[in-house]
Amino acid sequence: MVKSAASFSRPSVAAFNRLHTFHGGLKLPGHREVSATRPISSAGVPAVLILPLQQHIGAPAECLVQPGDTVYKGQLIAQQVGAISAAVHASSSGTVLAVEERPVPHPSGLQAPCIIIETDGLDRYRDNNVTPLDYSRMAPDEICAHIRRAGIVGLGGAGFPTQAKLGCGKHDIDLLLINAVECEPYISCDNRLIQERAAEVIEGVRILQHAVQADNCIIAIEDGMAVAEQALRTTLAAGNETGIKVTRIPEIYPSGGERQLIKVLTGHEVPSQGFPADIGIICQNVGTAAAVYNAIIKQQPLLSRIVTVTGDGVVQPQNFETLIGTPVSHLVAAAGGYTQDVERLLIGGPMMGYTVPVDNIPVTKTLNCILAVTREEMPAPPPAQACIRCGKCTEVCPADLLPQQLYWYARSSNQDAAQDYNLFDCIECGCCAYVCPSHIPLVQYYRHAKAEIWSSEKQTKSSDIARQRHEAHLNRLDRIKQERAERMAKKKQALSSDGGSSDKKKAAIAAALERVKHKKELADAPPKNVENLTAEQQQLIIAVDKRRQQKNDTE
Amino acid sequence: MEFKTYSSPHLPVSNSVTAMMQRVLIALLPGTACVTWIFGWGIVINILLASLTALLAEAAILALRKRPVTTLRDGSALVTGVLLALALPPLAPWWIPVIGSLFAIVIAKQLYGGLGYNPFNPAMAGYVVLLISFPLELTLWSAPGAQLGFSDALIQVFTGALPADQTLDTLTMATPMDNIKTRLGLSETLSEIHGSPLFGDFAGAGWEWINLWFLLGGLWLLQMKVIQWHIPVGMLGGMACIAFVFYAINPDVFTTPLFQLFSGAAMLGAFFIATDPVSACTTPRGRLYYGLGIGLLTYIIRTWGGYPDGVAFAVLLMNMAAPTIDHYTRPRVFGHDK
Repeated sequence: MVKSAASFSRPSVAAFNRLHTFHGGLKLPGHREVSATRPISSAGVPAVLILPLQQHIGAPAECLVQPGDTVYKGQLIAQQVGAISAAVHASSSGTVLAVEERPVPHPSGLQAPCIIIETDGLDRYRDNNVTPLDYSRMAPDEICAHIRRAGIVGLGGAGFPTQAKLGCGKHDIDLLLINAVECEPYISCDNRLIQERAAEVIEGVRILQHAVQADNCIIAIEDGMAVAEQALRTTLAAGNETGIKVTRIPEIYPSGGERQLIKVLTGHEVPSQGFPADIGIICQNVGTAAAVYNAIIKQQPLLSRIVTVTGDGVVQPQNFETLIGTPVSHLVAAAGGYTQDVERLLIGGPMMGYTVPVDNIPVTKTLNCILAVTREEMPAPPPAQACIRCGKCTEVCPADLLPQQLYWYARSSNQDAAQDYNLFDCIECGCCAYVCPSHIPLVQYYRHAKAEIWSSEKQTKSSDIARQRHEAHLNRLDRIKQERAERMAKKKQALSSDGGSSDKKKAAIAAALERVKHKKELADAPPKNVENLTAEQQQLIIAVDKRRQQKNDTE
Repeated sequence: MEFKTYSSPHLPVSNSVTAMMQRVLIALLPGTACVTWIFGWGIVINILLASLTALLAEAAILALRKRPVTTLRDGSALVTGVLLALALPPLAPWWIPVIGSLFAIVIAKQLYGGLGYNPFNPAMAGYVVLLISFPLELTLWSAPGAQLGFSDALIQVFTGALPADQTLDTLTMATPMDNIKTRLGLSETLSEIHGSPLFGDFAGAGWEWINLWFLLGGLWLLQMKVIQWHIPVGMLGGMACIAFVFYAINPDVFTTPLFQLFSGAAMLGAFFIATDPVSACTTPRGRLYYGLGIGLLTYIIRTWGGYPDGVAFAVLLMNMAAPTIDHYTRPRVFGHDK
């Protein structure tokens, strides 16, 4: 049951001063050093940019350009549709080649509509002179409008349109939480971003804090990010900033998950069906804060992001400032290309990321990591064995689920039981599958079960509609039949109930006969004005009669 | 370039059933060595016979069921064989471990669908079948220290013949728990009974050491995270609590909690048998209750039942209750009200 927002208990500010824990989770090997130790470099402008119309949760953007159009960097090329949607901008200047279906980064490997731009290499804006906005004088909804126009979405991975999440003015927010916890192994884009652009990040955080009017703000950072933490603290100290706190939390996967992070920092759980805003919290990724800085201070829409390119399958693991729409192949080439024995290409981290069969897909707003791995690094999973109900999965589940039970229900397509065991509270973090001694691909089962339930719900809905239609159709047929029957009955009654009406008929017939008789009488009656005629008149009449007679005879 | 596709998570696997079973076997070593030290080679012969039978039976049924015989590598059949053998007396004839093992693997495990599907602990099901069918053979415990050499033990197990200077009567001896039961029946008090050489420092002579070594192995399993604390703590705690209550009421008739914990199959049961994950509860709270139930039932059967030890019966009884306990002990899900 979804409760109304008002009935949720909100964490008190005092609770923000100590750390809490969530159930389960894992300590995972980091693998971050390889990419985290090198500075961010630019991936450059690729020959072709592929910009999907949907890089976010919600409705796809509506394309505004046509093949052949010339676009400048930062130009709006697809506009947002509805409240939960995000605009797309040309991330470099050039010519629109096509608007067509292309493979996009998605676990299904499906194609989706994209705008293809052939870049001109000039990377030119329409207008280079911008004056920074003074956000402190702007109303929250004004800031939100700017964020909306900049096409900013959550850069942490989910891609929820930022202005919709901020809800500027709609929620009563106590705490703004900036998520700099990169809990998945290998990924270091947030870490590098903070190390190199702490001032921009903090300015972005200030803007966000102003936009949601939160009194408290915490930047949550992980144990292993000491340099980044120091950079933040130094910047905050230099600016005499007291409204923003930096809190270091232990490195336990998946503490970077929004709900887990809120639990760790406040001790409160976001209600299962609710949102953080329901308990007075808004959570934003640190990369999103940097994007907000760009949108307000540089007045630049979201044109690029930092992507970690790593794994033993690439020659030079590194973080790249990457234009949105850059093909993954271009980015890997910038990292020195693939090594000989690369086998698997992952989008995202090794726990929740997905494999893609090809690398001609573009970097989207939410793509934080490209992980090319070798067989040695990540061998093919051993064949699954029977579940022995050891409960390791239960031990590590951060949602407090019973994964082994869910597995049985998912396997047997027992949708009711799976939902009763709260399948939809599963965040697909992969902890259960990672520790499973029987190597059962549990997450895959849960995804499948969720999809099955969605599709059967859809089916139920459409079959409901079909049934209603069919029933309406039958009703209509019935009604028509009944009406016809009624009409017939009336007619029949009119015909058969001769009691009074046959007399009428007889009367009518009699009247008709009477009329005929009368006519006849009139015809047989002698002509009028034939008395007292003069001789001449008599003569005339005789002559006329004679001629009529003659005429009749000749005819 | 075409890349291979897999389902997440992608990190290399961190655990395997085989590794877990191997650790269970390793953890059994100190206790097994101690049993052998005290009761002689008969135990080793039992283990070999039961394990071999278990493996062969498992392989045969897997072949009949057209399942890959490589499934044997999971080690579960071996563990079943070893656990069953550890429950059997050292002088039992060869067909005792064989029949027990056959029943455990073929009937209690494979007929239900093999590993992961058996509702009852296979080793205990095998043991209880033997206990009910061949009560005499299951009393053939040798007196601590009164051992046969390896070849004598082999001859005894397979032919029943004993060395010229030995008889079954001189070799065998009632276990301390059996002894207590009989003598309490004769209205003796515990203080009188404890004077007999069958009793050691705090529990049965020999048995206290066996239990101590199994406890050690069990603690190592906990340390290695092969098992969780709920079941052993539940079982031993339940047993100790009820024992304490009755001991406090009448120490002449009821043994001390310490005696209970270090007698019979208490430690083997708590760490190695009751923790069989397939037939136990799976929710954390459920496991605590499940262990508690086994502890209480074991004490009840030991004290008032017809058999000297009750771990096997208690485990099987709680196996039956496991699904129900699981149903009522589901943890509160993150973000949900209880």
